[in-house]
Amino acid sequence: MSRTLYDLVGLAAGVAFILALKGLSHPKTARRGNLIGAFGATLATLVVFFYANPGSSLPLNNLGWILGAMVVGLLVGVPAARKVQMTQMPQLVALFNGVGGGAAALVAIVEYLHLGAEATTAEVVFTVFTVIVGCVSFSGSVITFMKLQELMTTRPVIFPAGRFIIAATLVSVIGVGGWVVSALGTTPLLVLAGLSLLFGVLFVLPVGGADVPIVISLLNAFTGLTVAASGYVLDSVLLIIAGTLVGASGTILTRKMAEAMGRSLFGTLFGAFTAKPQDASGSAEERPVRSGSPDDVAILLNYARRVVIVPGFGLAVAQAQHTVRELADMLIAKGIDVAYGIHPVAGRMPGHMNVLLAEANVPYEQLAEMDEVNPTFGQTDVAIVIGANDVVNPAAQTSPGCPIYGMPILEVNQAANIIFLKRSMRPGFAGIENELLYDPKTMLLFGDAKASLTKVVSALKAL
Amino acid sequence: MEPMAIVSIFVLAVFVGFEVVSKVSSTLHTPLMSGANAIHGVILVGAIIVADHSSTNLELGLAVAAIVLATINMVGGFVVTDRMLEMFKGNKK
Repeated sequence: MSRTLYDLVGLAAGVAFILALKGLSHPKTARRGNLIGAFGATLATLVVFFYANPGSSLPLNNLGWILGAMVVGLLVGVPAARKVQMTQMPQLVALFNGVGGGAAALVAIVEYLHLGAEATTAEVVFTVFTVIVGCVSFSGSVITFMKLQELMTTRPVIFPAGRFIIAATLVSVIGVGGWVVSALGTTPLLVLAGLSLLFGVLFVLPVGGADVPIVISLLNAFTGLTVAASGYVLDSVLLIIAGTLVGASGTILTRKMAEAMGRSLFGTLFGAFTAKPQDASGSAEERPVRSGSPDDVAILLNYARRVVIVPGFGLAVAQAQHTVRELADMLIAKGIDVAYGIHPVAGRMPGHMNVLLAEANVPYEQLAEMDEVNPTFGQTDVAIVIGANDVVNPAAQTSPGCPIYGMPILEVNQAANIIFLKRSMRPGFAGIENELLYDPKTMLLFGDAKASLTKVVSALKAL
Repeated sequence: MEPMAIVSIFVLAVFVGFEVVSKVSSTLHTPLMSGANAIHGVILVGAIIVADHSSTNLELGLAVAAIVLATINMVGGFVVTDRMLEMFKGNKK
């Protein structure tokens, strides 16, 4: 295959990626967009096997190793993507992003070893960039995975003098990067990789649970840029286009997510440098709460005119989507006005709750976005909060200094009655106490969301 | 390739990247992130190129690891995005 044809196919794949991102931005075309992206990626991968790089010949050297490695990747990736519970999907995306960053760093290291002393300064600079950012993306993504999977605490991890350690690590990463450029050796490059991995860990540790999706999106954009830099070193237009597209769109997406969550992007990114140890007081509270029975809840609902359901991650964990739809259908049959109030970041990521409710066939028109539903809470008789916490926490509006301050919330505190379905008094993902639980108009129904809802449904039937 | 040509491709791709996602609704943030994530899995192409010209066992070993990781990123990414978007079908008019 000639170089021209090879580059033309690469260009076609690049166009497919543009159409894919465009398609993914609109609900109607999203699925087709993703398929176009998959088509472009398949095309780009196939064509490599038919082009002999200068100084090489077809078939490719190490063909058996290449195909074998791809089969292993398929055997790991496809079942993981197929079998993952939708509730655990955000951490899988984080992990996929991390291995992509790791792959980019490895590619850069191999190319560096291969070029040896022949590498131009520009190539070495791009290699250093790819190794640093790829390693940060890899280790950072592993930490976000562990936070989302709750293998470690979801609270910000802050240690004494943490910001000085992080700043010192960053300075040494940059210093060793300069060393690699000037000295050209394998040892400096490996030291660089190690320090970058460490920096990725330190960078993500101080990020609180609520900000994790923003960090995943940012690391995703980072990985895109490493792919673009690899494209320069490997002389591949396709990698430059694809990597830059992901880097640019990922940056915009990160900013939009931060806006939707009312977070300052700057504050999230540099939280590592500014975070101060928080005092852990104020959590061990023994204040009275009002807990009710499923019958109390059923009676309250039966005499309501308008009910707003606020679903959270707890609903998804309990797999209660179907039961909640059953309850909503019963209330609608009684002539009660029912809406689902969806916070932009309900679940673990923006749009995650929409995916989970769509899985339970909840009609799209019953889902109300935050801006739509907030003005109606004043006329709402009952707000049922199912497994949500941080997204209704009034502290986001009233207490400056708390980690979620400034995040827009669903104003359920405006409703006449509030029902919380909770497993326990444990705080939400962000790890903050919720004053609303102690509000006199709040009734708590403890237990597994699905079991509680089933009891409420049967109590409602008996009325 | 000419450095200037590369800079031009890079700058234009940045603007295209900004433009194509500028109107996305928050409902689609997660699938869009996941789809973009799958796209950077084309680093697989780079991993195959370096595996082709690996001359030592160390280089080949690292390249093979890169191919495994990149394949997981690319294929897994597209499959999980498709599963997410499948949930949305049937609810749209």
